Amino acid sequence: MHEMGIALEIIDIAIASIPVGMENFNIKKINVRLGQMSSVNVENLMFCFDAVSKDSFLSKVDLSLEVIPVVIKCQDCGTRRTIKKPIFVCKKCGSNSLKILSGKEIEISSVEIKERE
Amino acid sequence: MQSSSDPRGICQGYFFHDSSYNKNSLEIDKTKNREVIATKRILNVNDTIAKGMRAKFRDKKVFVLNMMSSPGSGKTTLLRKTLQIVMQDIECAIIVGDICTTNDADRLSGTGAEVIQINTDKFGGDCHLTASSVGRAMESIDLDKIDVLIVENIGNLVCPAEFDIGENKKIVVLSVTEGEDKPEKYPLMFRESDVVLLNKIDLLPYLDFDIELTKRIIKRINPNISIFEVSAKTGSGFDLWTNWLKNQVVLKPKVDKFGGKLD
Repeated sequence: MHEMGIALEIIDIAIASIPVGMENFNIKKINVRLGQMSSVNVENLMFCFDAVSKDSFLSKVDLSLEVIPVVIKCQDCGTRRTIKKPIFVCKKCGSNSLKILSGKEIEISSVEIKERE
Repeated sequence: MQSSSDPRGICQGYFFHDSSYNKNSLEIDKTKNREVIATKRILNVNDTIAKGMRAKFRDKKVFVLNMMSSPGSGKTTLLRKTLQIVMQDIECAIIVGDICTTNDADRLSGTGAEVIQINTDKFGGDCHLTASSVGRAMESIDLDKIDVLIVENIGNLVCPAEFDIGENKKIVVLSVTEGEDKPEKYPLMFRESDVVLLNKIDLLPYLDFDIELTKRIIKRINPNISIFEVSAKTGSGFDLWTNWLKNQVVLKPKVDKFGGKLD
């Protein structure tokens, strides 16, 4: 539901990432990582990004969304596992003391910029 | 990028891979393609503002509670009842968020607590409170005079879980009319929260709601969460819940308007 705000933030961060002094450039691709447990909907974000970048110099940008699975680590037996459902119990030892290693990301990992000759 | 009429098509970048390139700082290749690598949380701006607010709350010794739920779970009634009980002992202020209307603020007036209403009518910001919206509302509250600030977030189990507003604890209200599996449908909210208030338990005799099953589901998502069963209508369970709240608070010495201590 807040994908529009996120699309606007992505554009701000991408523009801010352009190296100082670079004048002739195209932003080719923005690589975004979204955890499966983040509350961001991939299709909505694509739609919003398309809507806000349309008719701007970012209209040709490829927004690449990488979905990061939820990986947990048991604090008692050390087992790491990718989970498909929100059940935070270690399958090996039954402990519920688990750390979420990934799956909550809402981040830009990189911005690919092409410098024109 | 393809046209917006083809949302499936533009999702072609939706893939899984090992993003080992994250470890590099800056790469420039011969074709003058640059990949500027700077992993940055997209909600970084909100996080930064929230961090500043948390420091301010700590400095002023104000305990801040972010109260979230779906619409209609009974947050406002629950809050009014809570204030009636705790206001004798602790000074509270309330920030209420809604897309429109000041109905919630009106319902809370008369409790003795200062109530500030936020209406989020801005583009893109209508489903949750952000750190900056709470920050602006906070400017009209004298933090020196209050022990507790409760922020009643917008009724929504999705986005508010994602936005830090500088709170000390997150609390989610789930009413027993909502269905046992709701925590499984919105796991982030229940994983992030510190307390669940299971509200409207006075209705249990009329419902097929299995409260023990709900508690098991919640504990599976977040084993450390505290669960209180309450009814804002009858007051049932409020002793445990309000004691929890009082225990979070470091009471300030009461001062008069000139800053002198009162007993």
